[in-house]
Amino acid sequence: MDYILEMKNISKTFGEVQALRQVDFAVSRGEVVGLLGDNGAGKSTLIKIVTGYHRPDPDGSEMYFNGRKIENLSVSEARELGIETVYQERALADLQTLWRNIFMGRELTTRLGFLDVRKMRHETEKLMVGSMGFTSSAVASDSVVKTFSGGEKQGVAIVRALHFDAELIILDEPTMGLSLSETKKLLEFVRGVKEARKSCIFIDHNVFHVYSVADRVVVLDRGAVAGEFMTKDITLEQLMDKMYRVAQTGHLNGNGSEQTG
Amino acid sequence: MVAVNDQSKAAGQTRSWQSRSSGFLRTYGLQIGIFCVLLVIWGIFVVGAPETFLSSNIYAAYMSTIPFFAVIALPLTMIVIAGEMDLSFPSIMGVGMVAFVNVWALTHSVLLALIASLVMGFLVGLLNGVIVVRLGIPSLVATLGTQFFWKGFVLVITDAGGFSLVPVKGTVLRQALVGRAAGYLPAQMIWAVVVAVLVWVFLNRHKFGAHVYLIGDNVESARLMGVNVDRTRMLNFAILGTAAAFGGVLSSLEQSYFWVSLGDGYLLKTMASVFLGGTSVFGGVGTVFGTFIGSLIIGAIEAGIVAIGKVEILGLVIKLSGFWTQLIYGLIIVISVSMQNVLSRRLSR
Repeated sequence: MDYILEMKNISKTFGEVQALRQVDFAVSRGEVVGLLGDNGAGKSTLIKIVTGYHRPDPDGSEMYFNGRKIENLSVSEARELGIETVYQERALADLQTLWRNIFMGRELTTRLGFLDVRKMRHETEKLMVGSMGFTSSAVASDSVVKTFSGGEKQGVAIVRALHFDAELIILDEPTMGLSLSETKKLLEFVRGVKEARKSCIFIDHNVFHVYSVADRVVVLDRGAVAGEFMTKDITLEQLMDKMYRVAQTGHLNGNGSEQTG
Repeated sequence: MVAVNDQSKAAGQTRSWQSRSSGFLRTYGLQIGIFCVLLVIWGIFVVGAPETFLSSNIYAAYMSTIPFFAVIALPLTMIVIAGEMDLSFPSIMGVGMVAFVNVWALTHSVLLALIASLVMGFLVGLLNGVIVVRLGIPSLVATLGTQFFWKGFVLVITDAGGFSLVPVKGTVLRQALVGRAAGYLPAQMIWAVVVAVLVWVFLNRHKFGAHVYLIGDNVESARLMGVNVDRTRMLNFAILGTAAAFGGVLSSLEQSYFWVSLGDGYLLKTMASVFLGGTSVFGGVGTVFGTFIGSLIIGAIEAGIVAIGKVEILGLVIKLSGFWTQLIYGLIIVISVSMQNVLSRRLSR
């Protein structure tokens, strides 16, 4: 299998709390993987390991990106590898201008670190017209993000992830706070990612959204993989039913026999 | 159809022009505001004491003393923008001078002495950064501690005795640092402008400054997006330490004497310059221009009040003296900062 990301035996402990227990997780090239699970199941911890924000526990955890073994990944290294993330908390700096937000952490600079402000402004303006579809005249590359609506802020976070030509795009609760039409646009965007042979990890509380775009669904429960399904092999009703059972019992079929996935 | 298109295009243009002009006010409103405050205060001084404020002597005096804390207030602005505070810089001024006089006594080279004091300031500042970042102690508390420690260090090392810098007086470097350009302009003022330009460039046109703003605005976002938060923070403290040592050298060379009390009285003046300049204590917002104007205002008030001497309000004659300085400092700071708060809320709507 042509995996872009392969994680084996990932555990993560915060003090006394074990957030992840020996999780195996992989994403193929051009695949959209839906990550489902209740609050506290470990979804955010798992993706923050992928993005280099958290380090997995050292013993036994292994991570491969494009077949290459990755160790001691930092956020900026992950971004250089082509992993871009739209975080649940959006990760914007409200008091700064739009262009500074777009290029946050990946500023265009000369070799000595001096900013190419003109180019960053120009790129931002191009993105605003092209991808963000900002029509409001109040928005300019020098606008302060604080003044944006929730949907506009989410648009900024998504466009930022897109701009850097990511190989793997992670969307953590991207539909939260979006209007119906904005949600529709977002789901279309995820399909576009797949068409471009890029990969995507899609986390959402809304099973409908996940089911409609994901090729495969991985269900996490209490820090472990409870199961995974190809969406083509399962109906939405069956998936809902299984999710409900996982929440109740911690097992997919109520008796724990089908944990292998 | 074409006509309609043209029209809508034209409308779009005016609209974008409008948003740009309001963007201009939004961006520069506070800076224009603080500049107006400076003009008003200057106007009052000129009217109140024309014989003093229409002669050039007072400005030469201002330009000789304001730079000592202005060169520190400028990098302190970056600390405050990053959401931190540093109370230890007055002590670092003295620590830097301890390095200066020791290297001077050893080598009789002003250049080496200057470098030694700057390196010392850098290291002591870096130590602040390490304590804040690696040990996770809030900078206000950490630097409250280091402020006492380094002050004590200076007193112990020097045995509370000063050091004459008269032998340095004839050197070229002293002339370059605190001499009088064209027999009038204090060189330290030129250095203050140089520091202001440097800090502006680093804050606004360098990755370092971009990260300083991001960290002060939302440190979690900065981390998630791969900003090297720890390194930026530590370097920030180290830069302030270097600047504090530099301010200490300028002040001591001007007086040709290293007093162990060097730095006393600088803390609040320097901080006031930063906040008067519109830098937010909550981080993420602040300008170099604002701080520069802020230092001019803070530096001008004392002499201005003394020069005016007395005012007559509604037939009541009030005799102004040096005792009035602090009261008027307080008034100006509270009024200006309140005005800024109201203004920035209006502008960001």
